[in-house]
Amino acid sequence: MEKDQDKIINDVTSGEYKYGFYSDIETERIPKGLNEDIIRTISRKKGEPDWLLEFRLKSFRHWQTMKMPGWANLKIPPINYQDIIYYAAPKQKASAENLDDIDPELKKTFDKLGIPLEEQKHLTGVAVDAVMDSVSVKTTFKEILAESGIIFCSFSDAVKEYPDLVKRYMGTVVPYTDNFFATLNSAVFSDGSFCYIPKGVRCPMELLTYFRINSANTGQFERTLLVADEESYVSYLEGCTAPMRDENQLHAAIVEIIVENNAEVKYSTVQNWYPGDKEGKGGIFNFVTKRGLCRGENSKISWTQIETGSAITWKYPSCILRGDNSTGEFYSVAVTNHHQQADTGTKMIHIGKNTKSTIVSKGISAGQGQNSYRGLVKVLKNATGARNFSQCDSLLLGDKCGAHTFPYIEVDNQTAIVEHEATTSKIGEDQIFYCNQRGISTEDAVGLIVNGYAREVINKLPMEFAVEAQKLLQISLEGSVG
Amino acid sequence: MLVIKNLKASIDGKTIIKGISLEVKPGEIHAIMGPNGSGKSTLAAVLAGREFAEVTEGTVTYFGKNLLEMAPEDRAKEGIFLGFQYPIEIPGVSMVNFMKTAVNEQRKHRGLEPLSASDFLKMMREKKELVEIDSKLANRSVNEGFSGGEKKKNEIFQMAMLEPKLAILDETDSGLDIDALRIVANGVNKLKRPDNSVIVITHYQRLLDYIIPDVVHVLYDGRIVKTAGKELALELEEKGYDWIKKDVGENNLK
Repeated sequence: MEKDQDKIINDVTSGEYKYGFYSDIETERIPKGLNEDIIRTISRKKGEPDWLLEFRLKSFRHWQTMKMPGWANLKIPPINYQDIIYYAAPKQKASAENLDDIDPELKKTFDKLGIPLEEQKHLTGVAVDAVMDSVSVKTTFKEILAESGIIFCSFSDAVKEYPDLVKRYMGTVVPYTDNFFATLNSAVFSDGSFCYIPKGVRCPMELLTYFRINSANTGQFERTLLVADEESYVSYLEGCTAPMRDENQLHAAIVEIIVENNAEVKYSTVQNWYPGDKEGKGGIFNFVTKRGLCRGENSKISWTQIETGSAITWKYPSCILRGDNSTGEFYSVAVTNHHQQADTGTKMIHIGKNTKSTIVSKGISAGQGQNSYRGLVKVLKNATGARNFSQCDSLLLGDKCGAHTFPYIEVDNQTAIVEHEATTSKIGEDQIFYCNQRGISTEDAVGLIVNGYAREVINKLPMEFAVEAQKLLQISLEGSVG
Repeated sequence: MLVIKNLKASIDGKTIIKGISLEVKPGEIHAIMGPNGSGKSTLAAVLAGREFAEVTEGTVTYFGKNLLEMAPEDRAKEGIFLGFQYPIEIPGVSMVNFMKTAVNEQRKHRGLEPLSASDFLKMMREKKELVEIDSKLANRSVNEGFSGGEKKKNEIFQMAMLEPKLAILDETDSGLDIDALRIVANGVNKLKRPDNSVIVITHYQRLLDYIIPDVVHVLYDGRIVKTAGKELALELEEKGYDWIKKDVGENNLK
């Protein structure tokens, strides 16, 4: 038995992060540091209109008055914001129209990540916006989508081609004053994805934004703006990876979603940033503000996230349920292994009448990982008939990890019904033995049990992502029982 | 097939099994009976490789191999099946997924290709009929929310799927009503082949009305105190365990 357990532990140590390679791509970087000149430089490089530069400067000036928040249940080492490169771009025409314009090394990188930029090679039914460091390098299937009036492009292109739409919606869900990291992003964001689904259109394919950090000492600050007009539907996916490095790298993103009458947005994330090594060295700080506004009646936003990567995750995909009868959903699996930390959850703000929200959070802690669920359910005075159901489960593997739950419930309307269920469990020796007795090894048993535990959430993902997520869960927990 | 020699085992330093010797030949059904606390379940745990029971003395040979050196999953792959007294719930893991993993692990061990999804589902259907199990059970999570009877039937179903050489049924009859008992027993009888063996561990004789043993052992205070043919079970039913206790007590005095 002893021998077996040693073997399992050894397997873990060799179980490496699959996406930790670095691509040698000619990259243009601006000097380190953060000041108004840097912000002007970024804006100039992107050829932005004055109103956007003003938005950035306004944000930066506000950010200088802010302090990094300390309320999260996280131990964050001090971050020197002057020691970060805020713009790094592969040298090529931003968001190439023609594949031949793309650096072959770049194409190779995305091939290796399983995200080929050639349309004919790609998974059928998925359009991709590929973002490397600070810029979007290619958006696929743009033309096909355009036939139904769907806009799917890099944020920079959107600023140039659809300035009115960007101006109308940007900052309406996450204002530039929102929080320390969102304000920083508003000042220095370099690219991201923009998506507009017109009235009555059901997007014929999944849209995917794939974020890759490649360059050293840089931060990635992108924003995604997604607008679903009346009676429309889109399923949006997001994936991310980064090279293995000893230094921490900062990723501070914003996602804003606006959903009009009878429209629905499904937003799925498989987050697999480099988590750092077994000793907790290196890894991505993933400090992200994601928020959707159900502006119209009967509108719906559904967040699904599988968080397996990052050294530290600080993220609360939220829904503002303003339209009557609107619905918000949050399905999350967050894994912390080795020295990873996560403080994640959601906010459901019920403003409209008969608004509904569902929260299903599954935390998995292993090694010395610390996993916190933090969620707010707020029912405002006029939200008659509001309904919430929350379920927070924690699963512990081993005895050095931690699971924490911080639910906040604020109800100002007597008719609201709010339910909260929480469980904490350990993978039991008897469960593992039961599997062993049927011929299943301990490692496979853990994979089976963890995937079973997370199934309710994984089932919400589109097929290809679900398979990927299952594998990822097993890999990120390899050898955590021994 | 299975040879146990002078086996002693303890839990938390307390000796529970105090020297058991036993031989099971291919095709035999052995019943191990005894009052509560006699060491029946500990014996089953030792044979399956549960860690909490520590073997302090003796040997167990299975097809010529030292069983005690094998990891639990290897014992399973070599054809040992334990029907649990208290089957474990695994939420979120469907019976289909669980059984597919188990069956294919065993096939891999025997150098066979994994079963295709359709072949596997066909096999599940056949075995479900064999053990008269509700076909909806397969879509549910392993034992989750099953009634006591369903759990026990599910053990027999798994046994049917895995086709063990040696099945150890640990108090499979406990908590069953008479109909469930009959179904479970019929399942075991249908699965019986001339080359496989069963050890039935039970407190009561009634299961042995349906599963007819070749040999009956009485376990008392960690030792086998009596071994005889199937008529021993009936005698126990009639006289109770006190008779054995008295018998053993007198022997000890002598």
